[in-house]
Amino acid sequence: MSRRSGTAIPRWTFVLAVLGALFILLPLAAMVARVRWSEFGALITSDSSVDALQLSLQTSVTSTVLCVLFGVPMALVLARSRFPGQKVLRALVLLPLVLPPVVGGIALLYTFGRQGLLNSGLEVLGVEIAFSTTAVVLAQTFVALPFLVLSLEGALRSAGGRYEAVASTLGAGPTTVLRRVTLPLVMPGLLSGMVLSFARALGEFGATLTFAGSLQGVTRTLPLEIYLQRETDPDAAVALSLVLVAVAVFVVTLAHRVRDREDRP
Amino acid sequence: MSLQFSAKVHARDFAVEFEMADGETLAVLGPNGAGKSTLLALLAGLLTPDAGSAVLDGRTLFGGGRSVPAHRRGVSLLAQEPLLFPHLNVLDNVAFGPRSAGAGRHESREVARRWLEEVEGTELSGRKPGQVSGGQGQRVAVARALASDPGLLLLDEPMSALDAAVAPALRRTLRRVLESRNAIIVTHNVLDALMLADRVLVLEGGRAVELGATRDVLERPRSGFAAGLAGLNLVLGTADSDGLVTADGERVAAAAGDLLAPGSAAAAVFSPGAVSVFLARPVEGSPRNVFPVTISDVEPHGRVMSVRAGHLAAEVTMSSVAELELVPGKRVFFAVKSTEVRLYPR
Repeated sequence: MSRRSGTAIPRWTFVLAVLGALFILLPLAAMVARVRWSEFGALITSDSSVDALQLSLQTSVTSTVLCVLFGVPMALVLARSRFPGQKVLRALVLLPLVLPPVVGGIALLYTFGRQGLLNSGLEVLGVEIAFSTTAVVLAQTFVALPFLVLSLEGALRSAGGRYEAVASTLGAGPTTVLRRVTLPLVMPGLLSGMVLSFARALGEFGATLTFAGSLQGVTRTLPLEIYLQRETDPDAAVALSLVLVAVAVFVVTLAHRVRDREDRP
Repeated sequence: MSLQFSAKVHARDFAVEFEMADGETLAVLGPNGAGKSTLLALLAGLLTPDAGSAVLDGRTLFGGGRSVPAHRRGVSLLAQEPLLFPHLNVLDNVAFGPRSAGAGRHESREVARRWLEEVEGTELSGRKPGQVSGGQGQRVAVARALASDPGLLLLDEPMSALDAAVAPALRRTLRRVLESRNAIIVTHNVLDALMLADRVLVLEGGRAVELGATRDVLERPRSGFAAGLAGLNLVLGTADSDGLVTADGERVAAAAGDLLAPGSAAAAVFSPGAVSVFLARPVEGSPRNVFPVTISDVEPHGRVMSVRAGHLAAEVTMSSVAELELVPGKRVFFAVKSTEVRLYPR
């Protein structure tokens, strides 16, 4: 490590930066310190724990796929086209970022729920969404989608349209340009968007509880299980929390690996 | 392949019309903001005009309310920077065009190899764009543009971002590959126009002010911009018995060039080297033109000093500048012998 002279940042920022880092790391350490390692294995392999972990991974992966499916076109439309009301639309689409998840859950309930806006249509199809695993996925997608849109739109804007213009003058149609130029160029942005979405989906609590309830194996994801266990078995809650942290760290590391490989010339 | 072009873009005060013959290379010259980039964007399909039409070899590019999308025009654009796709290696960059046209991976790479060889870039095949120099990158970009087999190749100042040391090599390459190919090259460099283009289009303020064979435009400029490029002093006016009269009523005697019918539109040029500078109005026998001027600029130009006064320039020695104390703002007389002034129709 070499420090560049001339672009030195003020010393006091280091002090505050260290304090900030401690604020984040200390609680994690405190939690790890409370883990009862002797019972750790048993605690995280109980039926309810395994069910919750499985459900969490499965729904979070599904949500991330949905986020990519809808988020990529949304980011493209927001970044590469112009139409009246675009700014308002962007603000609205990103609303779940600032909305309390419980509110999101209520909104979903009144859209897809038994008394909801789309109820009659869904009833005809014989579909009942609220309090099902589908509801979990919807809740997670609802809160996670803006993360993907936001980070991909930023990547698209900073990549600019010049490569795409060149590609089109070389005879590539819009879909080819998207597949062979745009997406590869913004892959790092897309990957971080996916990681953020996945992490957000994995941690989803409020909207899920409101819209999907807490039914073991069906809608009780890991965060819900942790919250529930906290009441009855704090040790299990701590152990499961650690599992959640481990999964998150694993995914972030994996994405960084992939990204670094992509970046290599 | 021929091109008929006419377009208006109101927002940019652009209204230009011209035609190109089969296999012709056209150089587009003009000051910044003259509309050169607009012209290329219109042809490439990156900008839609408010009115007009363009027909390339019988195929309509735009016109009649229709605009063919960029990827179906067969018009390739080479920009100032290579803009090689950073995630593809050099060979796959060049293969991009054929691949987009539907050729298989193997086949399009074969085409790419041929074009890389054509621009002497074979050894770069396996490299990523980040690993090639600016000059090499531009070479690859030329190969990539040509590999898509365009009916018209647009070059937007392709040499301007390159070191002076590597530009000549690329210019030679372009001269070879543009031979008998329809191309439009936007440039600031008169050498590009001379070496690469058959004809020159001069744009000023969104209008075509001159269109003609390169040599003719440079030898007989009819616009201030072309005269500046050719390094000539240009005076426009109406022919009289032995020269011309400008709109301001100034007479310029010309003993060289064409004989013109009095009253016809005429242009006269003379080299700055033929101009002498006097502090007082010279009174002498030999017929010459004398222009009372105010010096606007004095700057070195090779081994001599260029003394500019409005649209006229004189080239004098360093010692004359010192001796006559030629500084901006000073009122002097430019004199040029009529035998040095060449007259031609405008």
